[in-house]
Amino acid sequence: MNELVSVMNELLSIKPVVLWSDVLIYSLVVSLGLFFYQLSKNPLARQRWRAVFHSRAGVASFIVILFYLLIALLDSLHYREPLEKTAGSDEVHYSQEVRSVLDVVLTELRNKDEKTYSAPFAIYSFAKENMQTEDGVVYRDFPRLANAGQHLADEADHGMDIFVRSMKALLVAAFISAVIIGLHMAWRHRQQHGKALIAQQTLPWGTIYLTLSALVVTCCWVLELSKEYHILGTDKVGQDVLYWSIKAIRTGVLIGTLATLLTLPLAIVLGISAGYFRGWVDDVVQYIYTTLSSVPGILLIAVSVLLIDVYIETHPEKFNLVAIRADFKFLALCFILGMTSWTGLCRLLRAETLKVSQLDYVQAAHAFGVGHNRIIYRHILPNITHIILIALVLDFSVFVLAEAVLSYIGVGVDPSMASWGNMINEARSELSRDPVVWWSVAAAFVLMFVLVLAANLFSDRVRDAFDPRSA
Amino acid sequence: MELLKVENLSIELLPGKYQQAGRLLVKPVSFSIQAGEILALVGESGSGKSLTSLALMRLLPEALAIRSGRVQLAGTEVFDLTEAQMNSVRGRMAAMVFQEPQSSLNPVQTIEQQIGEVLRLHKGLSGAALREKIISLLHEVGINDAEQRLGWYPHQLSGGQKQRVVIAIALACEPQLLIADEPTTALDVTIQKQILELLNELRRKRQLAVLLITHDMGVVAQMADRVAVMRDGDIVEQAVAREFFAAPTHEYSRALIHSLPDRRHFLSAPAQSEPLLQLKDVRVWFARRKGILQRVVGHTKAVDGISLTIGRGETLALVGESGSGKSTAGRAILSLEPLAGGELYFAGKRIDQLSQRQFLPLRKRIQVIFQDPFSSMNPRMNVRDILAEGMIALKVEPDAEKREQRLQALLQRVGLEAAHLDRFPHEFSGGQRQRLAIARAIAVEPELIICDEPTSALDVSIRGQVLQLLQELQQEMGLSYLFITHDLSIIPHLAHRVAVMKDGVIVEQGDTGQIMTAPQHDYTRSLLASVPVSPV
Repeated sequence: MNELVSVMNELLSIKPVVLWSDVLIYSLVVSLGLFFYQLSKNPLARQRWRAVFHSRAGVASFIVILFYLLIALLDSLHYREPLEKTAGSDEVHYSQEVRSVLDVVLTELRNKDEKTYSAPFAIYSFAKENMQTEDGVVYRDFPRLANAGQHLADEADHGMDIFVRSMKALLVAAFISAVIIGLHMAWRHRQQHGKALIAQQTLPWGTIYLTLSALVVTCCWVLELSKEYHILGTDKVGQDVLYWSIKAIRTGVLIGTLATLLTLPLAIVLGISAGYFRGWVDDVVQYIYTTLSSVPGILLIAVSVLLIDVYIETHPEKFNLVAIRADFKFLALCFILGMTSWTGLCRLLRAETLKVSQLDYVQAAHAFGVGHNRIIYRHILPNITHIILIALVLDFSVFVLAEAVLSYIGVGVDPSMASWGNMINEARSELSRDPVVWWSVAAAFVLMFVLVLAANLFSDRVRDAFDPRSA
Repeated sequence: MELLKVENLSIELLPGKYQQAGRLLVKPVSFSIQAGEILALVGESGSGKSLTSLALMRLLPEALAIRSGRVQLAGTEVFDLTEAQMNSVRGRMAAMVFQEPQSSLNPVQTIEQQIGEVLRLHKGLSGAALREKIISLLHEVGINDAEQRLGWYPHQLSGGQKQRVVIAIALACEPQLLIADEPTTALDVTIQKQILELLNELRRKRQLAVLLITHDMGVVAQMADRVAVMRDGDIVEQAVAREFFAAPTHEYSRALIHSLPDRRHFLSAPAQSEPLLQLKDVRVWFARRKGILQRVVGHTKAVDGISLTIGRGETLALVGESGSGKSTAGRAILSLEPLAGGELYFAGKRIDQLSQRQFLPLRKRIQVIFQDPFSSMNPRMNVRDILAEGMIALKVEPDAEKREQRLQALLQRVGLEAAHLDRFPHEFSGGQRQRLAIARAIAVEPELIICDEPTSALDVSIRGQVLQLLQELQQEMGLSYLFITHDLSIIPHLAHRVAVMKDGVIVEQGDTGQIMTAPQHDYTRSLLASVPVSPV
């Protein structure tokens, strides 16, 4: 009981911090929710989405994407902890460091810094150090890590320990999965008694269970082993690589979605009006995008990022926290990426609209005196959505990767912010080292790869379901 | 001596993602062709005639396979050859000519390069000998000034000339068998006649065996020595042409022959009715623009001063070849193209100067049916939305419940079922889609319907049903039709009056009977002369 009270007290004493990107990510989730709610009213759209979720690849990749999104959402609930009260002052000061709920989950990972590099699962450091024996002799060797494998009585147990812990994690994971799946199956069984017919056309539950179990196993294994080891090693300043690559998920998901969503309105509105109205509208739009795409995008981005840096420097009072500054810079980057990348999609949409608007059904609508807005909304837009959907996901992957490139030339997200680009950038020079420090790049690569692959597979299914030609 | 002998050839669709068992697309068929003979393989789309011809050349698409049978070409067992040997058979022993000359030729190569490629590959010719051979081939297929045209690109040639070049390529290696898959379907009637004559001449000169695949009984009547009628993957009748036309044994053959134009019975014009639509010297010009500032440097005169009158309950057929401006004229009446001059009157009121908003009430009274039933309906909308769109936009039936009843009645009227309302266009066949298009047009109770080649994408047997439906509707609702077509064979059944259009002007108009039997203008005469007719 006392414990509960103290936890409550602690919860009440923290100061929540709302960053602009937090607001955006949550409004994104809410609008997605509304979108699906709207869809559930439309029988046709419901049928199509059902086709997406009835395919095994579709549902599996969707669960993976949801998992990434969940991490990003947890990482978007920010707060500041109160500092110890200084003597003689009743005023509460808050830490300069902004934490998120995810950090609480990953406390074990966060607080286990080493001095410098260490390989995955290592118990010795990667670099030699001067050390003293008890009798004062100085020698040079690899020191033991401060936070890895300290519990081992005998170093020879290292491998065995990892194995035993893995098994333990597996057992726990199996138990959790079994409980979840068992409960759900029982619930389904009861549901089916009422409506036996619906069971015929059901989701591929086997795949869903399998994906969920895989995720549970991964989580359990990571949590169990990270108690005593650095699963993905540590970086140059000794921080746990796994922790930073998980923190980078929010950056990746956000930059992908926000930048893509920013390109959409411009590309769709300009592309469709150019293709549909033609004449001078077309001339103006073409003029704009030809000009924009003949300026090197990198140059434009670099200039804008530098301008923003200057703005931040000249207005220090608005950015009193590192996190707020990083967040502002990050949003600006999303905005700039979006503003400079809509031309490709715009061109595609213009061409497709030119084609569609010459088709007989649009002519027939003209003959019925249907207005321009309605023609665009009912006849043109639905017939070019497959292009938009595909572009959406391709752009998503492109932006996740572009972030890495921009960090490389030093105009990417703020160095204080976790991002796969920053990780790759920092590990770049270490790749030429012998033995190679590969784990930073590998970690960033694997997490990025899983996200982009899931997004691509999902978009494939969506396109299959929505493309009228495949029906 | 039989050059090509096909025995019990059958083709199946392999089991795939969407179906468990294979499906037989062509049932075992047998036929043969002798040197210098034309065998016409007749059937509607989907009957398996093109598949049969592809199987002969072993060019079936991947999802299909030959299940049984044998093919002998000049004594060789075609199905025993290796793929490499087969390559020398294709082109050297048997060649193909396809329907669309536009897509059969490579647009970025000159015709010399394209004909030369085959010759170099199969005959090893080069230099002066190659060029001489190309020129002689071009002369043979009737291209004038062949020497000058060697360096031309396909877009510089007309449709008929392109098809001649395609035939020249097919003949380049002196094949013994020519497979012509709908060689004239994409061409205008006058050009069609020339190409057919060319084919006839070539087979006589070269003793070619020709497998002529067509859906057009007129072409069959004119060309074939023997006829094989295909339906649902089976040859239902095979006979010598003369006997076939004189006494067809199969019911389906009789229906096909019946679809040939009947030149003896014409619709008589209805009793003098008040004019509904009047065109006076209507012009539609498209500006040609050049330079950075897009200045107008000239005009393409698509429609250059036409005058027409359509009375209530009357059908006027506007006949012409492709590019004659007949469709543009239709679009101008719908106010989808601005007029460059002239006057349009509808029910006595001048309508060409109305703004789009002022034109709105007229949209209800003038409707349109398009040629291609596959592109005329939004694939993303269900039938209910497609049919209701015009009713909502023009406020014909604002009450949702009554509208639903009307929609169901409409579908039943055009021969579909009320339950079809929730389906999507791709679930219907071409003929059913055209019925839907008709239902959409009559949903707003128009007085005039502009039919822009509504039957040219349909098979012969379905064409008759759709035309029948249009006529019934005309009698029930007192509709007027402006029937735009290139197909003279349907006119006697349908039109009260005919206007013949060429190069943007009307060269002749009058009652159907008069135009069909006693045409005044040379062009009308040549059009009529090129329509293949039944020999009986």
